[in-house]
Amino acid sequence: MATATAAGAHEAHEHTHYTTTGLNHRKIAMWAFIGSECMLFGSLITTYLVYKGRSVVGPFPHQPWTDPVSGKVFPAILDIPVTSASTFVLLMSSLFMVLALAAVENKGKPGYEGLLGSSKFWLASTAAAGVIFLVFQAYEFTSFVHLGLTIKTNLFGSSFYTLTGFHGAHVAVGVLWLMTMLFIDIKRGLTPKDAINVDIMALYWHFVDVVWIAIFTLVYLIQ
Amino acid sequence: MSTDRAHADHAHEHPTWKQYKWVALWLFVITVLEVWAYYIPAFVASKAFVPSLLIMSAAKFVIVVMFYMHLKYDHHLFRKLFTGPLIIAGCTLVAFLFLFAKV
Amino acid sequence: MATSAAIPTNAHAASSEQTGLWSWLTTVDHKRIGILYLYTALFYFLVGGLEAVLIRTQLAKPNLSVVSADFYNQLFTMHGTTMVFLVVMPLSAAFFNYLIPLQIGARDVAFPRLNAFSYWVYALGGLFITLPIFWGLAPDGGWFGYAPLSGPTYGGGFNMDFWVLGLQILGISSLAAAFNFITTIINMRAPGMTLMRMPMFTWMSFVVQFLVILAFPVITAALFFLQFDRFFGTHFFEVAAGGDPLLWQHLFWVFGHPEVYILILPAFGLVSEVLPTHSRKPLFGYNVMAYSGIMIGFLGFGVWAHHMFSVGMGPVADSIFSVATMLIGIPTGVKIFNWIATMYGGSLRFPVAMKFAIGLIAMFTIGGISGVMHSSPPSDLQQTDTYFIVAHFHYVLFGGAIMGIFAGIYHYFPKITGRFMSEKLGEWHFWLNFIGLNLTFFPMHYSGMLGMPRRIYTYDAGQGWDLFNLMSTSGTYLLLVSGLIFAYNFFSSRKNGAPAGNDPWGAPTLEWSIPSPPPEYNFAQIPEVTSRYPMWDLKAPDRTAGIAHSHADAGVIAEAHAVPVHEETERRTAKELGIPIPFPTIKPLLVALGIVVLFSGLIVLHAGNFPLAMATMLGGGAFMVGSLYAWLTSPLE
Ligand code: HEM
Ligand SMILES: [Cu+2]
Repeated sequence: MATATAAGAHEAHEHTHYTTTGLNHRKIAMWAFIGSECMLFGSLITTYLVYKGRSVVGPFPHQPWTDPVSGKVFPAILDIPVTSASTFVLLMSSLFMVLALAAVENKGKPGYEGLLGSSKFWLASTAAAGVIFLVFQAYEFTSFVHLGLTIKTNLFGSSFYTLTGFHGAHVAVGVLWLMTMLFIDIKRGLTPKDAINVDIMALYWHFVDVVWIAIFTLVYLIQ
Repeated sequence: MSTDRAHADHAHEHPTWKQYKWVALWLFVITVLEVWAYYIPAFVASKAFVPSLLIMSAAKFVIVVMFYMHLKYDHHLFRKLFTGPLIIAGCTLVAFLFLFAKV
Repeated sequence: MATSAAIPTNAHAASSEQTGLWSWLTTVDHKRIGILYLYTALFYFLVGGLEAVLIRTQLAKPNLSVVSADFYNQLFTMHGTTMVFLVVMPLSAAFFNYLIPLQIGARDVAFPRLNAFSYWVYALGGLFITLPIFWGLAPDGGWFGYAPLSGPTYGGGFNMDFWVLGLQILGISSLAAAFNFITTIINMRAPGMTLMRMPMFTWMSFVVQFLVILAFPVITAALFFLQFDRFFGTHFFEVAAGGDPLLWQHLFWVFGHPEVYILILPAFGLVSEVLPTHSRKPLFGYNVMAYSGIMIGFLGFGVWAHHMFSVGMGPVADSIFSVATMLIGIPTGVKIFNWIATMYGGSLRFPVAMKFAIGLIAMFTIGGISGVMHSSPPSDLQQTDTYFIVAHFHYVLFGGAIMGIFAGIYHYFPKITGRFMSEKLGEWHFWLNFIGLNLTFFPMHYSGMLGMPRRIYTYDAGQGWDLFNLMSTSGTYLLLVSGLIFAYNFFSSRKNGAPAGNDPWGAPTLEWSIPSPPPEYNFAQIPEVTSRYPMWDLKAPDRTAGIAHSHADAGVIAEAHAVPVHEETERRTAKELGIPIPFPTIKPLLVALGIVVLFSGLIVLHAGNFPLAMATMLGGGAFMVGSLYAWLTSPLE
C-alpha cells in the first residue's frame, strides 16, 4: 500500500505494478498532454497571425496610429525592451529548473552540497523567476491598457490578450505547482525517489518556456 | 517489447551541470541576436529578416526541447508523442496562413 | 432455468459491498465506470431520439406547425449536439472503459480516479447542456455553432451560452479520458501483448485517443474565442470589427472532421471483433487494418475544408482538399474489403451481433459513397446544405457508428452481465432498425437532390418533397419502435437472460478468458500472451496455425508474475489473492462539480448579476482546486 510521497504521486500505481515499457505512467501522460497543448497554442498563435493587420481601428502592435475622429496619436503598443527582459527571466528559469531536477536526482552525492546543490534553492529560484515573469506581464498589460489597448478595443487587442493571457495562465499554474513541490521539499525533503515528480513538473515548465520562445518571435519581433 | 525495456532506466546520461550552463549561454546569445536584429532597420526591411528570426527561434526551441526536456536522451516514445502533434500543429498553422492569404 | 446449475452464472457474484448509490458515486473501477457511461449514454440516446421524432413529426407534411420555428432550431441543434457528444462518443467511451483493460490483460486503467473524473464531467456537463430545453433556452445555432449566429450580435440570448460552455465542459471529459487511455495502452499491456497483437478494437481506440488530444484543443480554443466574444466583448467573430466568421468555420472543422473519425473508428473496432468471432476465422489483413486506421486518423487532419467548398476558398484550396478527401476514401474502402474477406470462406454464424456488424458494412458503404460524391466541389455545390448531406451523415453515423455499437452491445452484453440478450427480440430490433433506417434516410437523398435545404422548420407543398418527407417520418417511427424493443430487451435480459459462461461466443481475445461478469481485479494472474488470438490457441488451434507465435521475455514475465493464458474458472476476492484495489473516492465527482459550477457563473454574468457571478465562479473554482488537492494528496490504493 502506497504511503504519501508527493502531490500526484498516487494517481498512477506503477510503483507497485509492472508496466509494459518500464516507463512511468504519468510521464507518458505528460508528454501526451504536451502534444495536445501544441495544438492549443498552435490554434491561439494561428488566430493571432491570421488577424494580424486586420484590425479596423488602432492602436497597433508595431506602428503608431492616429485616431481619425479625435486626432489623438497612439504609439506602437509593444514594448520590446521590457519583453526582452521578461523573456530572459523565463529562459533563466528553465536553467534553474534543470538544476533543481539535477539536485533532486543527485541528492547526497558529492558535488551536490551547499546552496548550489540544494533543490530547495533551485525550486525557489524557478518559482521566483516565474513570479517575476508574471509581474512583467501584469505591468505590460496595465501599461497597454493605459496606452488605450484593451481586450475590447480591436482584433489585435482581442487576439493578443487572449494568446498571452493563456500563456500567463499556464505560467501561473506552473508557479503553483513549483510552490507545492517546494513546500513538500521543505516539509520532508525530496529524495532521488521523487525525481520523477520533479521531472514531470519540469517538462511542463520547459514546455511553457518553449511556447514563449515561439510567441516572442512571432508576436513581438516579427512586424 | 524487450528493446523498450532496455532503455527504460535511461542510465542517467542526462547532460551535466556544465552542459546545462552552456545551453543557457547559447539561449541567451541567440535571444540577444534576435533582439539586436530587431533594432537594425535595414535588416528589418530586408527579405532575410523574417526567415532569420524564425530560424533563430526554432533553434532555441529545439535546444530547450532536446537538452532541458532531455528528449535527446530519453525514450524514443516521448519523441514520437511530441513531434507528431508538433508537425500536425505546424502544418495546420501554415495551411491557415495560406487560406487567409497571409503568405 | 435448467441450465443454470450446469453453467454457474457469476451474475450475482459481485462482492456485496459493491451495491448502493454511494458505491456508484465513488467507484473507480473501469468496468463500473464503463457501465455508468453505457447507461447514461443510452439515456441520452432516448433524449436525442425523441428530439428527432419531434423534428420528423414537424416535417411529416408541408406547412405543419407541431413546434414553432424557434423551438425547431433548438430541437435540431440539440439533436445533433446530443447524438455526437452525449451519445456516440460516450457509448464508445463505455467500450473503451470496459474493454481496453480486459483486452490488453490489465487490471485497470492507468489513472483510475481520473477515469471517474472523466465520467462525472460528462454526466454533469450533459445535464448542463440538456436541461435548458425545458425552459426553451436550449442552444439553437446548429451543432457546428457557426459564427456570427452563435455570437453576441445575432445570438444574444442565453441559448448559445449553454452550447459554448457545455461543449467546453464536455471537452475536458474527452481529453482527460484520452490521456488516460493512451497511457493505459502504451504502458499496461500484459507481457507478450505487443502493439501488433492488440485486438483491433483496442487499436482503433488507440488511434481515436490521439485524434481526441489533437482535435479537441482546437475546438477548445475556438470556443474560448466565442466565449470571450459573448461574455467579455472581444471581437473575434464580429464582422464590423474585422473579425472573420470563416475563421470559426475553419477552426470548427479542423476539429470537426477528425471528430467524425472519433465517432466511427470505435464502431469499426467493435465490428472487427464481432466479424472474426462469428466467422470463426482470423481477421483478414490485420496489419493493413491497423495501418489503415492510422492512415485515416492522419489524413483526417488534412481534409477539413471539404465542409466549406461553398465559401469560395478558390480553386487551389478547393482542389487540394478535394483530392485529400478522395484519398481518405481509400483506407476506408480497404477496411470494408478486409471485413468482407474476413467473412469469405469462414464458417459463418448469424447472431444479432453479427447481423448488426454486417449491417454496418452495407450501410456505411452507402454513406461512404455519397461522401466521395461530395468530395468533388462542383458536385458538392449542388448537395451542400441540402437533405442529401443529411442522408450522407446519417448513413455513416446511424448506419455506421450506431449499428457498430449495437453489434458491440449484443456481443459484449454476456461479458458485462453474465447473461445473453434475447436473440428473438434482437431479431425484431435488428430488422425494424434496418428497415426504419433505410426508410428514413434513403429518401433524403432524393429530397435533397430536389433542393430541400437542411435546417428549415417547414416547407410548401408542390415541390416534389412531400412523399419523401412522409417516408422519412414513417421510418422514424419504425426506428422508435425498434429502439423501444431494444430497451426492453436490454433491461429484461439483465435479470432474465440465459446465463452465459466465460466465453459464450468462442471468441479469440483475452477478455473472454475471465468470468462473466469479470471480478473487480479482472485477471487473477496477468496472462502471458504469445499470439493475437490467445483463446483460439487454447480452444481452436487450427484457426491460428498460420499466425506468428512467440514467447515473451522470461525476465519480463517474472517481473509481471505472468502465467500462460488460460481460462479462469474460479472466482476469489481481491483480498484473498492479495491484489491491491484502488479505494473508492468521491473526490473526482467533487472536482467535476466544481468545474460545472465555475462555468455556470458565466451564465449568471450574462444575466447581469455581477456579484453573484463572481461568487459562483470563485466558489466553484475554489471548490475545484480544493477537491483536486485533496484528491492528489490521498493514496490511490
Ligand atoms: C468515405 C469517407 C467520407 C467522405 C469522403 C466524407 C465526405 C464528406 C463531405 C465532403 C462532407 C461535406 C458535405 C457538405 O456539407 O457539403 C461531409 C459531411 C459530413 N460527414 Fe462525411 N465523409 C466521409 C465519412 C464520414 C464519416 C465516417 C462520418 C461520421 C461518422 C461523417 C460525418 C459527416 C457529417 C456529420 C457531415 C455533416 C456535417 C455538417 O454539416 O453538419 N462522414 N462528409
Ligand atoms: Cu468531413
